[in-house]
Amino acid sequence: MPDEPLLELVDLVTTYRLRRAEVHAVAGVSLSVGAGETVGLVGESGCGKSTIARTIVGLVKPSAGQVLFEGRDLATLPARELRRLRQEIQLVFQDPYASLNPRMTVAALLKEAWRIHPGIVPRRDWDAEVRDLLARVGLRPEHADRYPHQFSGGQRQRISIARALTVRPRLIVCDEAVSALDVSVRAQILNLLQELQRDLGVAYLFISHDLGVVHHLCDRVAVMYLGKIAEIGPKAEIYQRPAHPYTQALLSAAPAVDDWRDVDRAEIVLTGDVPSPLAPPSGCRFRTRCFKAEDRCATEEPALLDRGGGHPVACHFANSTTVPATPH
Amino acid sequence: MTERSPQAYGQPPRDGGLLTRLLEVDGLAVEFDTRKGPLRAVRGVSFHVEACETLAIVGESGSGKSVTAQALLGLVPSRARITAGSIAIEGRDVTGLSDAEWRELRGERIAMIFQDPLSALNPSLTVGYQIAEMFRRHRGTGRAQARRYAAELMAQVGIPDAARRLDDHPHRFSGGMRQRVMIAMALALDPVLLVADEPTTALDVTVQAQILRLLRQRREADRLGMIIISHDLGVVARVADRVAVMYAGQIVETGTVPEVYGRPAHPYTLGLMRAVPALRGTGSTLTAIEGQPPDLAEPPTGCSFHPRCPLARERCREEAPEPRELSHGRAVTCHFAEEVLDDA
Amino acid sequence: MTLDTITRLPLRAHLAFGTVLLFVAAGVLGPLLAPFDPTRTSPQDRLSPPGSTLSDGTTAWLGTDQVGQDLLAEVLAGMRTSLTVAVVTVLIGGGVGLLLGLLAGYFGGWSDGIISRVGDIQLAFPSLLLAILLAGVLGPSMVNVIIALAVTRWVIFARVVRGSALAVRDREFVHSARVMGASPARIMLYYILPSCLPPLLVAATVQVGLTMVAEASLSFLGLGVPTTQASWGSTIAQGRDYLASAWWIAAVPGLALALVVVAIGILGDLLRDASDPMTELS
Repeated sequence: MPDEPLLELVDLVTTYRLRRAEVHAVAGVSLSVGAGETVGLVGESGCGKSTIARTIVGLVKPSAGQVLFEGRDLATLPARELRRLRQEIQLVFQDPYASLNPRMTVAALLKEAWRIHPGIVPRRDWDAEVRDLLARVGLRPEHADRYPHQFSGGQRQRISIARALTVRPRLIVCDEAVSALDVSVRAQILNLLQELQRDLGVAYLFISHDLGVVHHLCDRVAVMYLGKIAEIGPKAEIYQRPAHPYTQALLSAAPAVDDWRDVDRAEIVLTGDVPSPLAPPSGCRFRTRCFKAEDRCATEEPALLDRGGGHPVACHFANSTTVPATPH
Repeated sequence: MTERSPQAYGQPPRDGGLLTRLLEVDGLAVEFDTRKGPLRAVRGVSFHVEACETLAIVGESGSGKSVTAQALLGLVPSRARITAGSIAIEGRDVTGLSDAEWRELRGERIAMIFQDPLSALNPSLTVGYQIAEMFRRHRGTGRAQARRYAAELMAQVGIPDAARRLDDHPHRFSGGMRQRVMIAMALALDPVLLVADEPTTALDVTVQAQILRLLRQRREADRLGMIIISHDLGVVARVADRVAVMYAGQIVETGTVPEVYGRPAHPYTLGLMRAVPALRGTGSTLTAIEGQPPDLAEPPTGCSFHPRCPLARERCREEAPEPRELSHGRAVTCHFAEEVLDDA
Repeated sequence: MTLDTITRLPLRAHLAFGTVLLFVAAGVLGPLLAPFDPTRTSPQDRLSPPGSTLSDGTTAWLGTDQVGQDLLAEVLAGMRTSLTVAVVTVLIGGGVGLLLGLLAGYFGGWSDGIISRVGDIQLAFPSLLLAILLAGVLGPSMVNVIIALAVTRWVIFARVVRGSALAVRDREFVHSARVMGASPARIMLYYILPSCLPPLLVAATVQVGLTMVAEASLSFLGLGVPTTQASWGSTIAQGRDYLASAWWIAAVPGLALALVVVAIGILGDLLRDASDPMTELS
């Protein structure tokens, strides 16, 4: 991990107010992303991973904890500084059909940021810069005058990425950015993201439910369950020596192309559904579905600690099991 | 959990263990009427399903896989029509059936589950009522008896506390439990064929594993012929015996899962396999298939995959390849399949 | 809109558009065609049926009223009044409604609370009753009629705009603009406003017709424009006493009002269809 992280979340809590109750969608998460690094955030729906994305980019206010960018707390910055810093963190959404204003041409979508922040690109260079950006994300110059509905899903996601790049960000938060795309097109976008990182040194916080995609793209991985991090560590540690029962179950349940080679292998299938975040279980949040749960888990919440597996795990019975590599 | 015997619902027992061809689709073509003219969504698709077997139809959006599934149940959208080919269920040609005849067949012999069970269930009726309705309408079963069957079915598809949950409405169930309800309804009348259109796409990974396991169990227990429509190569690898890969309205390759996954014979299949990130081992580079799927209103000349194919040459632009058999039960629609096999 | 799309419009669109165009042209050019002078009376020509030749040799195509004035001139002048009141009312009511609707819809919270509650209270009160009350208090003048009607109309526009603003506010492309650093003013102007305009335009069209009816109602009750100005409402009111002997006095402005309001209603429906995103896509 680099010395000073680009982004650091310290005990972040984000709460949604419902009619009668409060939901701690994110219930105390600490996480960092270094410059030029790719950190994956995996978990199932409702685990709070999208709320983290929204909190980082400022669409939602945290109710406790800190979001630090280059060591500075975004909550305490003067408005002007904040606007400048916000520019350095961009978000790419899941649905490329909904995240582009249907009434704007591609050129207008790309130039918008320069209208908002006049210092980035001088006006006389706008058209040239639009052409450069389109080329960089694999689109043609004549695409500049078209509207979003004239593009396919993959091409729209390229436009979204180009739009994020217009403000020269240092961190791009990708919230399920390739989940809506078909396999063949998804690979194109993943390759594009890697290429951009190589060329521009941008860091990614890559949020996804797809363990394969995260495995492919990320350096480090955090696994979330019901608003908390269950396990975090380098990719190889998480995928080959998962120590949290949830991570083990998740990896076992995730369908992979290679699965046909070993159809009868032992499979951890969890029972039941994720409990409501309105009333999370006492103690360890995973205990209601855990195959290792004991009495202690109901009373005592496990801390996210390195219990000898080489990476922090939030489980009393953390026990790294080496996942056998599938024969090729 | 007690296994439900077919006799319990007045059905004759099925033959034991022999291969039975439940579904035979031959040269199926479906066209949509659009402003730009006819759009050939499905073009000459042929496949078959035996009892106790799972066939997966895998393809990307717009490949025609869902339209094919709808055609199997006589459910093609109103602006589409079957223009060629035949569909035979248990040897009976069903292509010309009237709406009334289809209604009788659906549920009884062939049933379907959908990606979004919430929109397939009636939100204002309890799930118990909706399952019991199947028995009451098709079998004339009495109210109390139908309710007992419904509870039994719900228990069989793994809904905990089934007897008490009969009176809950669909929105009270989680996504996974709703899909179980759909499966219970689909299997209520002991159909021989089950078509599952993206059955786990809307579900979380751990819940998906539960549903896939349930489908496998029911297939064994009821000797079902199953057709799974999916875009997810991993899901298909887990549940299917055989696979048909669709591209631009055609089946480009069929075979058993080990054959097709282990040694793809079509450049598109090979491209798909190389475009999916692996879950284990070290991160490898992905090879994307360049370009976009074709516009079916104006399909390319010759082979419809040629604009994206790394092996394409003159012949592919001019001459559309016909499906040809490589070995028993293994077919491919490519002029140069042998080169792909060598490459893989 | 290209020539091709115009010729493909349904027949009722052409009829409705033609009617509205004819009425607007008549209202604008009316004084040139048949000048109306409210002070001029001609007792020997009173209550002449349509098509009569008057004492000065001219033909009264639509007949004359109880003081011998040419009904055609009167209806044309009334058209002018009606149109002016309706358009200005909708412009003012629509403008206020747009602004308040945007504030309520985009910011939500207490601004939405206040604006929506005031609107609810006002809607609970029959709008014509409110207009009668206001017009009665303010006294008869065209400006006062417009004020009275605009006060009753803004809520409708505010509701329409608030609804679309709410729907667009949480769309992902608006979030995307916020992440980009766009200010609330920019988001309202470039993102929220354009999506509110089509439904606002539809509402405004329909309201022009309804406001014409409301204006006529006020004038009918003697609470509208002063008697020195022609208005369909007051002409109908005068004609009421002569329904048996000279039906045309009430019938002509009544028919004109019905025709133009129906035509405007059809136009509103067509606009609604055209601004529907589903038809826009296909």
